[in-house]
Amino acid sequence: MIPEIGHFALILALSVAIVQGVFPLWGSLTGKQHWVSMAKPAAYGQLFFLVISFACLLYAFIISDFSVKYVANNSNTQMPTVFRVSALWGAHEGSLLLWAMILSGWGAAVAFFSKGIPPIMLSRVLSIMGLVGVGFMLFVIVTSNPFERLLQIPLEGRQLNPLLQDFGLAIHPPMLYMGYVGLSVAYSFAMAAMIGGSLDASWVRWARPWTNIAWTFLTFGIALGSWWAYYELGWGGWWFWDPVENASLMPWIIGTALIHSLAVTEKRATFKTWTILLSILGFSLSLLGTFLVRSGVLTSVHSFASDPGRGLFILIFLLVVIGSSLVLFAFRAHKLRSIGSFSLISRESGLLVNNVILLVMTATVLLGTLYPLIIDALGAGKISVGPPYFNSVMVPLGIILFFVMGFGFHLRWKNDSIQRILKKTWIPLIVSLVAAFVLPLLVVSEFNYKTVLGLFAGSWITLSALMWVINLGRSPFKLPLASWGSVIAHIGMAMTVVGITLVSLYDTEKDVRLEKGQSYEMAGYKFAFEGVESHKVENYRANRATMVITQDGKHITTIHPEKRDYGRDAMPMTEAGIDAGFTRDLFVALGEPLGKNAWSFRIYHKPFVRWIWLGGVLMGFGGLLAALDKRYRRMRKIVVDVVDESSSKSKVTDGVTV
Amino acid sequence: MNKKFFIPLAAFMALIGLMLFGLSNDPKLIPSPFIGQSAPKFKLPRLYKPDQTISVEEMKGKVWVLNLWASWCVSCRAEHAVLTRFIAKEKVPTIGLNYKDYGTEDYGNDAVNWLSRLGNPYYAVAVDTKGMAGIDWGVVGVPETFVMDKKGIVRYKFTGPVYQQAVDDILVPLVEKLRKEEG
Repeated sequence: MIPEIGHFALILALSVAIVQGVFPLWGSLTGKQHWVSMAKPAAYGQLFFLVISFACLLYAFIISDFSVKYVANNSNTQMPTVFRVSALWGAHEGSLLLWAMILSGWGAAVAFFSKGIPPIMLSRVLSIMGLVGVGFMLFVIVTSNPFERLLQIPLEGRQLNPLLQDFGLAIHPPMLYMGYVGLSVAYSFAMAAMIGGSLDASWVRWARPWTNIAWTFLTFGIALGSWWAYYELGWGGWWFWDPVENASLMPWIIGTALIHSLAVTEKRATFKTWTILLSILGFSLSLLGTFLVRSGVLTSVHSFASDPGRGLFILIFLLVVIGSSLVLFAFRAHKLRSIGSFSLISRESGLLVNNVILLVMTATVLLGTLYPLIIDALGAGKISVGPPYFNSVMVPLGIILFFVMGFGFHLRWKNDSIQRILKKTWIPLIVSLVAAFVLPLLVVSEFNYKTVLGLFAGSWITLSALMWVINLGRSPFKLPLASWGSVIAHIGMAMTVVGITLVSLYDTEKDVRLEKGQSYEMAGYKFAFEGVESHKVENYRANRATMVITQDGKHITTIHPEKRDYGRDAMPMTEAGIDAGFTRDLFVALGEPLGKNAWSFRIYHKPFVRWIWLGGVLMGFGGLLAALDKRYRRMRKIVVDVVDESSSKSKVTDGVTV
Repeated sequence: MNKKFFIPLAAFMALIGLMLFGLSNDPKLIPSPFIGQSAPKFKLPRLYKPDQTISVEEMKGKVWVLNLWASWCVSCRAEHAVLTRFIAKEKVPTIGLNYKDYGTEDYGNDAVNWLSRLGNPYYAVAVDTKGMAGIDWGVVGVPETFVMDKKGIVRYKFTGPVYQQAVDDILVPLVEKLRKEEG
């Protein structure tokens, strides 16, 4: 009964979304006031029914109702409750339902915090979000219904992939989805602006905090995924340029560009087509990412077609959503004339470089990700593109980006001079150059230009950002949150860059065979193996090794790398033993038994690896601070910023108050 | 109208074209590569007599069945009664390929316990601790059931637990047909 209620509520939510998608938009174009006013209640109604639907599926998972096919395929009674819950979004159907629910949640949030938005604009924004929701729910109901029942009820369900039975990964997908779907707000604003034919500063002001929050979630989601891969996969890697990772990285890069582009459009009424295009691309890449990863086209060309019905639906959906927005862009973009010119040396130019580099980076990742498909299409066999391709393109682009970033803080809008910039930045520039050359010589004896570049980028961004705060000459308590957010986020980026540089160049890794009582030395640490014992936990059995780490005879820590066996799926899981530190991680993965009391181990010394994720946390925190800035909540009475000619003709901006 | 604003649209259409290609490439049209080929060879220790081995060559000249199972596999438990009845009725020699089970490791003898509880219909049980034979046989999931003719050619593959209707409609007629063929 409960699953049927869930199914029914989903159909009701779809009906509400159709109403939300059609009537307010139509009303806004034909001047029917009562249709326009349907937008808000519809947004709340859609969320209401989707929450019911989601709760019903959740209930089926918690009580292990194996008469529901999706539950039986992804959950079993051996798993602890928390993983029975996260199993809901562990596979295709449930994750789409989560997506749809989060989308309606963002819609309802826009409706709730919509005080400053003119009703016509709001109705269009909510209509667009409603239409996207229609597509999603149709997809769920027609091709991927999670509430489908089984005629023969199994006694026990199948196993959720053991890799996914981990807390980090249990909360990773919802985080990412919050980010993906959050980009739909900027997208809907962009679409509404193009329908209305105007893009003014007030529009941008509304869209900025939403974009920041979405970006924050994406940042946390990606950092979490990377951290999970590090401790769970047992290879000590933190990024693999895997299609699934790339799918989340692309919207993040575009989102980063969008945040900067929005700033220009708000302050200078320029970069309008950039802002619109990036809004469209950000959400399009989110859609592409979700769908392609879920349907498997990226991991393997073949699984894409394993359900042609689904694949076709996906293509049609992408075609309608992305295609229609790009068609609208093609015909309407010229109307959004940017006014205000800027010279070669100006903050606008700096941010233009930022936009172009980030867009090229995204195209690089997209190309590398789809390359296997392209090669296959050309009939040249199956090839996948590895880290060498990505690194060789992304690293040089990154170096240019970071170099410009440091100057960007100090650049003035519209027109600036090289002399003035150098006057502002020579101290951080010199200090970071000295630091980059001297620090490596003090710690490691040999010279490596890569280290110098990485350290320079990191210290240059950090010092330049700090210098900027000092030059503002204001009390730190009076500095707006947005400025704090920006400084913190950029320092976070610097930390990540330093972490990536150092761990890539100086990590040590060794496969060793150790008998009980033997030890191995690496980077000044002594790893003593004290034996393996087997134990059994709720959802797995494990061999658990004990390893005592000492440095110069001093006890540092005792760690317990494990090899876990989740039974059903034959792949054993590695749970690495990690001693985390601010300047280094010691990482031990347990391998195979090699006869009498001997086991193989993989031991890593990873300097500064934690900085990668700490930087990610700082970036996300910075984004959050910026989103909470009071400035965005205080709407001006009348839009004073320049309004371009097309918008002055349009009715849209007429009644803007409070 | 500015032509440069059409660039994103054009790029997107190329992408869609590419994905349409991916979609039209249906892998299911390709039959399983193992059908019609010689059964992949293996020589594995027997479960009850670990010092003796069982190999594919021993089965030459007979119509025989290979059933892939493991004690950790719930669907195997589900198909076991059906499979036992089928083997008893048709008297077809069946090798149970015990796939990556516990018993050779330090978890206890799960495979033996499982068979003693549910009954052992197999002609012999081959132990594939590492799953290497499973890889040769292109195993996707457990259980899987293969039917070989007298020449040792794989003639049929059943993925998932066999159910009574599949036995009656597919396996029994197939085994009887293969038995009439030349050896």
